[in-house]
Amino acid sequence: MEFLFNLILLLFLAAVTIGIIGVRNLFAVVVLSGAYSFLMATLLIAMDAVDVGMTEAAVGAGVSTVLLLSALHLTNTEEAPAKHSNVLPMALALLTGAALVYGTWDLPRYGDPDTPMNSYVGDEYLERSIPETTIPNVVTSVLASYRGYDTLGETAVIFTAGIGVLMLLYGRRRKGDDDEGGDRS
Amino acid sequence: MFMAAAIALLVSLGLVLIRVLKGPTIFDRVIAGNSIGTLSVLLLAVMGYVFGRPEFIDLAITYALLNVIGTIAVLKFFRYGDLGAGEDEAGS
Repeated sequence: MEFLFNLILLLFLAAVTIGIIGVRNLFAVVVLSGAYSFLMATLLIAMDAVDVGMTEAAVGAGVSTVLLLSALHLTNTEEAPAKHSNVLPMALALLTGAALVYGTWDLPRYGDPDTPMNSYVGDEYLERSIPETTIPNVVTSVLASYRGYDTLGETAVIFTAGIGVLMLLYGRRRKGDDDEGGDRS
Repeated sequence: MFMAAAIALLVSLGLVLIRVLKGPTIFDRVIAGNSIGTLSVLLLAVMGYVFGRPEFIDLAITYALLNVIGTIAVLKFFRYGDLGAGEDEAGS
């Protein structure tokens, strides 16, 4: 039953992707990619990848919609007709897709309990997580407790990047105000 | 019971998907895109009960919040033609 659910959601995803290729209006593409992200996040959560699903929903459906609309403000909403032939990009996309499919042959089956990632340290986490940390979700306890310093480092990097972007934006806006004659301080 | 609801939600998701793909005007697509967000929130909540993991309902609530952000961005784009400008800056 779960397999059927995933199959239907994947078919929906394929339909949205083909729609994105066909549509020439860029605003429609933004709306379609938001729908794609929501379907993808639902599929990821149905496959028990809760943290990846949340990231997909926040970044794909939330932030990217905002960023793409901001970018759309600077360009036309209609896609210009292609100047070059589509053969080379098509061949490149097919080649990349074939390489990715070839890569999946080496992957273990979905949910296989005998894989290395489910055998050694994974069992330890599953057994000791709740007695040691009392966090019900093992992913959360691994990220925030067992690898707490690692996550702290990542957060510091992202925080620094955010400060950098804010400083760049703030500097640009203040310069723009000076050019206008400084009516706003 | 939950299974019937889940199947009904999948069917309506398919119908809305047809609208978002065909949608003659852009407004059809926006409404249909927003409906896809709402339907996936509902599907997620129902799916948690179908597969015996009712914790999914927390995630469904978070999705609903994210759906609001996307729709507000789209509506603000319609109203002002820009996202960065506030009401007083949009005219200048």
